[in-house]
Amino acid sequence: MADNVRNVVIIGSGPAGLTAAIYAARASLEPLVLEGEPSSTSDQPGGQLMLTTDVENFPGFPEGIMGPELMINFRTQAARFGAQIETVKASKVDLSERPFKIWVGDPEAAEPTYLAKSVIVSTGAQSLMLNLDRETELIGHGVSTCATCDGFFFRDHEIAVVGGGDSALEEASFLTKFASKVYVVVRRDELRASQIMQDRAHANPKIEFVWNTKVIEYLGDSKLTGVKTQSTVDDSISELPVTGLFIAIGHKPNTGLFEGQLDMKDNGYLQATPGRTATNIEGVFASGDVQDDYYRQAITAAGSGCAAALEAERWLEEQGEH
Amino acid sequence: MASENVLNLDDSSFTDTISSSDEPVLVDFWAEWCGPCKMISPIMDEIADEQVGTLKIAKVNIDDAQGTALQNEVMSIPTMILFKGGEPVKKIIGAKPKEAIMDEIAEFI
Repeated sequence: MADNVRNVVIIGSGPAGLTAAIYAARASLEPLVLEGEPSSTSDQPGGQLMLTTDVENFPGFPEGIMGPELMINFRTQAARFGAQIETVKASKVDLSERPFKIWVGDPEAAEPTYLAKSVIVSTGAQSLMLNLDRETELIGHGVSTCATCDGFFFRDHEIAVVGGGDSALEEASFLTKFASKVYVVVRRDELRASQIMQDRAHANPKIEFVWNTKVIEYLGDSKLTGVKTQSTVDDSISELPVTGLFIAIGHKPNTGLFEGQLDMKDNGYLQATPGRTATNIEGVFASGDVQDDYYRQAITAAGSGCAAALEAERWLEEQGEH
Repeated sequence: MASENVLNLDDSSFTDTISSSDEPVLVDFWAEWCGPCKMISPIMDEIADEQVGTLKIAKVNIDDAQGTALQNEVMSIPTMILFKGGEPVKKIIGAKPKEAIMDEIAEFI
């Protein structure tokens, strides 16, 4: 039951949400962070970096830092300045009037769990799946969305990564530490990945590209024994005998809570005011990957989280609320 | 801080501990380098403290106990396996909230 109105509620706890929390806490806004619930997808407290290993491009860490460690540091820093962090997931929001209403747990409950003068949305993005038959039941039995969680178990196995972007090639390179061979299955005859990642992958003797191909079926009963593939050129069918399949075909923004309330771009990402984090609803700000279909970096997410906190602070001041 | 009610098992202690326990044992297979495992760790501590006398919590670091991980067909971490009378009765794959973990094992404890 909501008994008081929070200045700012931050939904999400990746680089954007926790940077917003650091700034809002230092501005004495006593932010509440709904950090999400544990899961093995990127939709969890700490966000996508919780599923990575070395982060080599976050400034300030010349030797690199492990993704989970970086996010624990963000969280500790936010808590140090008094941000209240709850390990719960927002189940419904009502942004139609102020104060804004936020539910956790049962979304049908009559009373919202929290009331907020302003809301910072930083719910991030999560991995896309192939949506093939038996995908869910084979997760943990050969099908994986987390190379860092599961790569260890494929020592000397032949495995495959699906996808042609940076994250696919990062996973493939990481997996060659364990696997004897890593096929990278790409729908087209070229990669979306950055040049440095492409160069690294091409130089790695354990990586073999399977071009113009899509995965259409999982093989094996209780454990993955292979995948059926189809050529995107002539529709011919083949089998790839792999015991592990790592899915890295991109991400979709976590916007389900805001459908019909916040403006979205055609591709489903939240639409913020150009150059700002303000949304179509006054007092609601969007930061991080949930509104970024272009950069999608930890550092840009952190930057936009900072921007959202500053905008929220100024907006609250204008309202005479802070 | 880690709960003192959580056992740490390795290849040499695993089988004896699991089969000689009077209570069911929930074993958390984890590793230092696994992000989702870090979310599960405090949950395991809480469950261990709340369920003293009804359920034991044990952790297996798969880097140190590869044999035990292999033998239990762990292919993803975190994986939690509930053992009753030394036999596996429930396998939970992936990090989940505490309530979801307790719901899955409730019928066995």
